[in-house]
Amino acid sequence: MRIVVIGAGIVGAACARRLTLDGHDVTVLDRAGTASGTSAAGEGNLLVSDKGPGAELVLAQYAARVWRRLAVELQDELDGNTPPIEFEPKGGIVVALTDVGAQALRAFAAGQREAGVDARELTPDEARDREPWLNPAARVAVHYPEDAQVQPVGATEALLASARRRGARLLQGTEVREAALDDGGALVGVRTTRGDLAADRVVLAAGPWSAEVAGRLGIHLPVLPRRGMVLVTSRMPHRVFHKVYDGDYVGAVASDAADLQTSSVVESTAAGTVLIGSSRQRIGFDERLQTRVLQEMAAKALRIFPFLAAQPVMRAYGGFRPYMPDHLPVIGADHRLPGLWHAVGHEGAGIGLSVATAELIADQLAGRRSRIDVAPYALTRASLQPHLTEQVA
Amino acid sequence: MREVVVVGAGPAGLRAAENACQAGAFVTLVDSSDELGGQFWRHLPAARAAADEHRLHHEWSVFQRLRASLDAHPHCRILTSADVWAIEPDVTAGAGLAVQVIAGAADDSGRLRLTLLPDALVLATGAHDRVLPFPGWDLPGVFSAGAAQALAKGERVAVGSRVLVAGAGPFLLPVAASLTQVGATVVGVHEAARPKQLARGWLQKSWQMVGFTGKLLELAEYAAGHVRHRIPYRTGSAVIAAHGTDAVEAVTVARLDEGWRPIAGTARRIAVDAVCIGHGFTPRLELPIAAGCAIGEDRYVTVDALQRTNVAEVYAAGEITGIGGMPLSAAEGAVAGLAAAGVTPPKALLAQRDRQRHFASRLAAAHAIRPGWRAWLTEDTLVCRCEEVTYSALHAPAAGRSRGLRSRKLTTRAGLGICQGRMCGRTVEDLLGEDQPLLGAMTTDRRPIAIPIKLGDLAAESTTDTAALEGTT
Ligand SMILES: Cc1cc2nc3c(=O)[nH]c(=O)nc-3n(C[C@H](O)[C@H](O)[C@H](O)COP(=O)(O)OP(=O)(O)OC[C@H]3O[C@@H](n4cnc5c(N)ncnc54)[C@H](O)[C@@H]3O)c2cc1C
Ligand SMILES: Cc1cc2nc3c(=O)[nH]c(=O)nc-3n(C[C@H](O)[C@H](O)[C@H](O)COP(=O)(O)OP(=O)(O)OC[C@H]3O[C@@H](n4cnc5c(N)ncnc54)[C@H](O)[C@@H]3O)c2cc1C
Repeated sequence: MRIVVIGAGIVGAACARRLTLDGHDVTVLDRAGTASGTSAAGEGNLLVSDKGPGAELVLAQYAARVWRRLAVELQDELDGNTPPIEFEPKGGIVVALTDVGAQALRAFAAGQREAGVDARELTPDEARDREPWLNPAARVAVHYPEDAQVQPVGATEALLASARRRGARLLQGTEVREAALDDGGALVGVRTTRGDLAADRVVLAAGPWSAEVAGRLGIHLPVLPRRGMVLVTSRMPHRVFHKVYDGDYVGAVASDAADLQTSSVVESTAAGTVLIGSSRQRIGFDERLQTRVLQEMAAKALRIFPFLAAQPVMRAYGGFRPYMPDHLPVIGADHRLPGLWHAVGHEGAGIGLSVATAELIADQLAGRRSRIDVAPYALTRASLQPHLTEQVA
Repeated sequence: MREVVVVGAGPAGLRAAENACQAGAFVTLVDSSDELGGQFWRHLPAARAAADEHRLHHEWSVFQRLRASLDAHPHCRILTSADVWAIEPDVTAGAGLAVQVIAGAADDSGRLRLTLLPDALVLATGAHDRVLPFPGWDLPGVFSAGAAQALAKGERVAVGSRVLVAGAGPFLLPVAASLTQVGATVVGVHEAARPKQLARGWLQKSWQMVGFTGKLLELAEYAAGHVRHRIPYRTGSAVIAAHGTDAVEAVTVARLDEGWRPIAGTARRIAVDAVCIGHGFTPRLELPIAAGCAIGEDRYVTVDALQRTNVAEVYAAGEITGIGGMPLSAAEGAVAGLAAAGVTPPKALLAQRDRQRHFASRLAAAHAIRPGWRAWLTEDTLVCRCEEVTYSALHAPAAGRSRGLRSRKLTTRAGLGICQGRMCGRTVEDLLGEDQPLLGAMTTDRRPIAIPIKLGDLAAESTTDTAALEGTT
């Protein structure tokens, strides 16, 4: 099949690669350069630790398996000119600093264990052993050996390079303007700023801009942006060894509140900097800095690692997480516009979930049975219906 | 009373503050360094005799008068050792801007975080000097022209005893002059622009400069200096490599064609123990960008005749609106200060500024960087020194490569180090877009955190109560 993938972020890149493996004729297009959207504006945590039992956790567990395999495959198949993906299965440690937090964290971890997550409570000695610089006041620490990380831009570029090696075409600086429809109203391609592209299937992977692109194709898709910021320190000797989170993180991810939420995720990168994430805010596509957000992030990071107080922050950056109203991605066909498929709405987990998303898309296009049940991610799921009819585009 | 905040206390900011005060505003003048004066007026360390402070300084008396008038003014608050680390929309008022300051000596813990909420803001943050890379430029003994100038003016230290000055622009002349005055032998000044390029700015229609004195006078002085010290001044010539094991011992200079490409067969080696390189300046745009100011195609802040940016009550003056040297920065500052205080600047001042701006733009064209310089790079020439990224890493095979700046930076790490591209950003952009232009509006000038801030300081509450400043400055 001729497949056009809209968006060269990590989700589009993962889909493109996976679809070439099935022998499809794939074209990926992006209005800007590759990896210039959300995939270059966040962190690269591949987490199970922050997810409670449910469909997102199932997808994340599947993704964790795919990433482990992919990390090896990509390394084997790509030459020295491709940026490294920096896959590090370093594991995560979630800490709670208050009694209330400690209780919540224990209960949360217990639920996860039932869902098959490897979640091990550490004794204070074990915690100090693993993270000597951790605030000694930490009440509970839970170790998640399955958590890993990649460098998201490197990973996006590596996936694209792999797709290109298998024949995928890449069109940068090419923006989708509108749908090309056949007489029956089915999607048979896209009209772009650089000409028309015919396609048997179109996969929408335009991240937080997917609502806008869907609109151009004549479809209402309730994807919204959720602002997030990250702080980067200057280089320092290695003193943070896992991904270390404040237990609050767990609450923030699932929450619906529009106003500012922050929770700390502290980790070191291969380059020697420490990343501190992240905030969550619903402020549309407003990308101006808000110092109160950074202040709160800094304060929370210092609760976990007091030594960071003396470290300078040299950069702050941020992006817009693409989220669906019911906080699950949409992966699959759009019954309203034959020919259109979605790979959107991964919110704060799109780097991790991208590769599993690609598997599910490829399976469904090929009529194969997937490793996990795809129904929870369908556009037709009940929790999404009120939002689909809310407004006619 | 109208509150005006001026960021930067170089010639532009000082004159802005002075004029705004005189026009009846209450002024807060903020600068990172511990002394007023900016890049132009540099101070000797306190321990040294102040008596000869004027010696390497043009118009030191102008500075003294400015400083005295600001010190004495009841409506001027001066904050030195104070960084404006961010500017953001004032969320509490719903309009206007909040200027985020961190005050107190940089190595102190517990600096004070202050939020200023001005009625008008004058940005006068100046520029960094720019150096185009060449093989060996990372050797000890290779200095930026600005750094050499700062050492000569601020410490009375010469960077070497046999020094070669090279690059492009009128700034090379005062650098050579200062070096000779602190005892170095300047073996030559090598200007990359060829006479034809230079002629457009300097010679043709020189009648247009009639009435312009400041720069010509200054140049006459330098010219005289050259005669006295017999400094060869070569045009169409560049340092294309520096040599040495632990430090620079020699440089290779070569003649350049019109496009700045080295001409084969013209290379020659010159023994030196230091070399000073300057290829103009890069404006410090982080605050204007944070404030929402429009940046023009020329990559300077766009201003109108009153130095107004497109953002209401935000003014810009000095090197961030275009490189033009001290007199232009000062004139722009004066206009901005008056306008920010709500007073119409006199016609004569505007005319003076316009003349200087005209002259400056001609000079800028005469010394503008031309792309042929890339030919002197070798594969292993470092481009980003913080992250040790070489030229070869930036122009690796083109097929399928990202045309997004962000992706290219994150995969090469160019510009991601401690200087955050302040030194190499423009060069990195040029080289990344060398065979295929980059896509999108992203540039390396965007740095929401304008000056690094310690996490401990960032975590602290900010106050709008300037009384808290008592005792910190
Ligand atoms: C601060 C922050 C931290 C994060 N941390 C993590 C984390 O630790 N782990 C994790 O898994 N996830 C994380 N995320 C989430 C993750 O970054 C996203 O879920 C993911 O990048 C989404 O990828 P995408 O490919 O869908 O979108 P994008 O990367 O945004 O790609 C969409 C592409 O579509 C293109 N496009 C848009 N409109 C058009 C058009 N009309 N025509 C053509 N192309 C178009 C855009 O240019 C863009 O390149 C974080 C996000 C943020 C903001
Ligand atoms: C290293 C160097 C040396 C130079 N030496 C000379 C010379 O000898 N002769 C000459 O003619 N020209 C010199 N120049 C050119 C010089 O920049 C101009 O001639 C003139 O000083 C420009 O004035 P200005 O007010 O626009 O900027 P500047 O003089 O650069 O003043 C800008 C001020 O803003 C402050 N600032 C910037 N950002 C912030 C922030 N975020 N928070 C707080 N404060 C901030 C800086 O500390 C600085 O004091 C030099 C330039 C450089 C870079």
